[in-house]
Amino acid sequence: MSFKNKLHEIKEQLKGKKVAPAFNALHTFLYTPNETTHSGGHVRVADDLKRTMNTVITALIPVLLFGMFNAGYQHYSAIDAANGTPRTLDILGNFLTFDNFWMGALTILPLVVVSYGVGLAVEFVFAVIKGHEVEEGYLVTGMLVPLIVPVDTPLWMLAVAVIFGVVIGKEVFGGTGMNILNPALTIRAFLFFAYPTWMSGDKVWVHQAVERAGTPDAISGETILGYLAQGRGAEYSYSISDMFFGFIPGSVGETSTFLILLGGLFLVFTKIASWRIMLSAVLGALSMGLIFNGVVDAGWITESSKFYGLMSFAFWQHLIVGGLAFGIVYMATDPVTGSQTNKGKWYYGFFIGFISVLIRVFNPAYPEGVFLAILLMNVFAPTIDHYVVQGNIKKRLKRAKNSVAKTLNVETV
Amino acid sequence: MGILSKKDAALILDPLADNNPITIQVLGICSALAITAELEASIVMAVSVLFVMGMGNVVISLMRNIIPSKIRIIVQLVVVATLVIVVDQVLKAFAYELSKTLSVFVGLIITNCIIMGRFEAFALANGPKRSFLDGIGNAAGYGFILVVIGFFRELLGSGTLLGIKVLGDPIEKTGLYAIGYENNGFMLLSPMALIVVGLIIWVQRSRNPALIEEN
Repeated sequence: MSFKNKLHEIKEQLKGKKVAPAFNALHTFLYTPNETTHSGGHVRVADDLKRTMNTVITALIPVLLFGMFNAGYQHYSAIDAANGTPRTLDILGNFLTFDNFWMGALTILPLVVVSYGVGLAVEFVFAVIKGHEVEEGYLVTGMLVPLIVPVDTPLWMLAVAVIFGVVIGKEVFGGTGMNILNPALTIRAFLFFAYPTWMSGDKVWVHQAVERAGTPDAISGETILGYLAQGRGAEYSYSISDMFFGFIPGSVGETSTFLILLGGLFLVFTKIASWRIMLSAVLGALSMGLIFNGVVDAGWITESSKFYGLMSFAFWQHLIVGGLAFGIVYMATDPVTGSQTNKGKWYYGFFIGFISVLIRVFNPAYPEGVFLAILLMNVFAPTIDHYVVQGNIKKRLKRAKNSVAKTLNVETV
Repeated sequence: MGILSKKDAALILDPLADNNPITIQVLGICSALAITAELEASIVMAVSVLFVMGMGNVVISLMRNIIPSKIRIIVQLVVVATLVIVVDQVLKAFAYELSKTLSVFVGLIITNCIIMGRFEAFALANGPKRSFLDGIGNAAGYGFILVVIGFFRELLGSGTLLGIKVLGDPIEKTGLYAIGYENNGFMLLSPMALIVVGLIIWVQRSRNPALIEEN
């Protein structure tokens, strides 16, 4: 008997038992179940929930691999900088090396394992208690979480945050598809508010910087937004191409705008993510950036203002630093928490970009606002949809009225 | 229950669980979110409300037949305000530091929805003894939830209980902090208090499904 048939037999035996959902989840993960619909009219499509999720994960893998190389590179280059011999970037010479990858993999893989392990455990527990099938919703969240936290996030913190995010962000609303907030961002927001010292500053973005602090081997790496927020914009030496290709400190997966762009194109091409949201979010960010640049050009704020650094930052460069690109491509486009209507998507995306840059500039404690902006718009997405739908209904009623009036007129003539 | 009849005992016991002012009637949430970051403040708040409600219910109940119904809200406010001022002055005299932490929230006991709610719903229609029991019961139900929230928020948010460092010293890295534990700053913010209230409601309703409202 083949393994597949054996699994099917076990499934029949477990039917109705408490552990059935947990077993079914593993079963369907490995094989397509034997029961498929054979009769009746059905729309047959290849993209079920699991495949949709897997497509997003595929789009995330390059970002994850790059994040590993970059984690190692930032670590070793911070050591070199502390020793007084700053490196210059050489892609094949000192970036794509085994040392970098090994260092990055050793720090980032545990994050991935904890994220998936804890998250799926929570999902299984809830499925068994509630007696429904395990939902696939966590597959993407579990991959997003390690990519949006600093490399050295303690694993127990991540575990606590994942439990919080999955339970409070998703399960209390009824599970996958019912959640109001993006679970991955809920997890990040929890980490940010609960353990702010681990989520900002110049120590957390470089591996081992926290444990080396205060010793002679101390290293550090401030993000570009961090430099700008402190009015030290002149001090960093990252070029535009460093920012675009991602050789800068930051959360694990957010740095490489280039790979995120490729992932975004892949998602748009496979019709998994909405290009409307991505495009309008980019437009929103650019317009807010332009407004700030305009304020600076008009001379309304002086160089002594604490907002000067971020306000004078060229508007288009906002797109290639920080988590804006990552947020727009992978988080704002979440089909569950985003707007559903095409027109609504434009508003939803635009405000995400707009508010992200706004928070970035005006948040005194923490110069990044993408996750807050997306969570805020998650809350407003149903409202936006409501007005779009109501507007559409009104328009159609008016049109129907007019056409009835017209036909009546024709008849009377 | 020797002293109290079954009906009277229910006046005290019901608000503690199945008719809790916070978790079931969802009243008094504002103060439950605002002052529960420390256990001590929660306890003092609970005791203050216990005093104000017990006394207030008795006073209103005694006056219930002579209060003209058109101005009853104003009369109720005068009674609460008087009692709250007494509490406030006592706190300022004997626990000045604490009264500063509680600041405006002692004064705001006046607007605590539970108090006005019990005056309106119970004291205006019942005798002083039953009113007193009802006031004590509801205040205890409110206070119980406050203390539970305060316990978790202070323990997880500051690592202390009543100011005692039960989890070790975060700066000298003793106790739990030696192995990398950190206080959860989110616990000290009001949104987390709301989530804790939500979790209590969740636990309570899943233990007693009869409490779940129909949609």
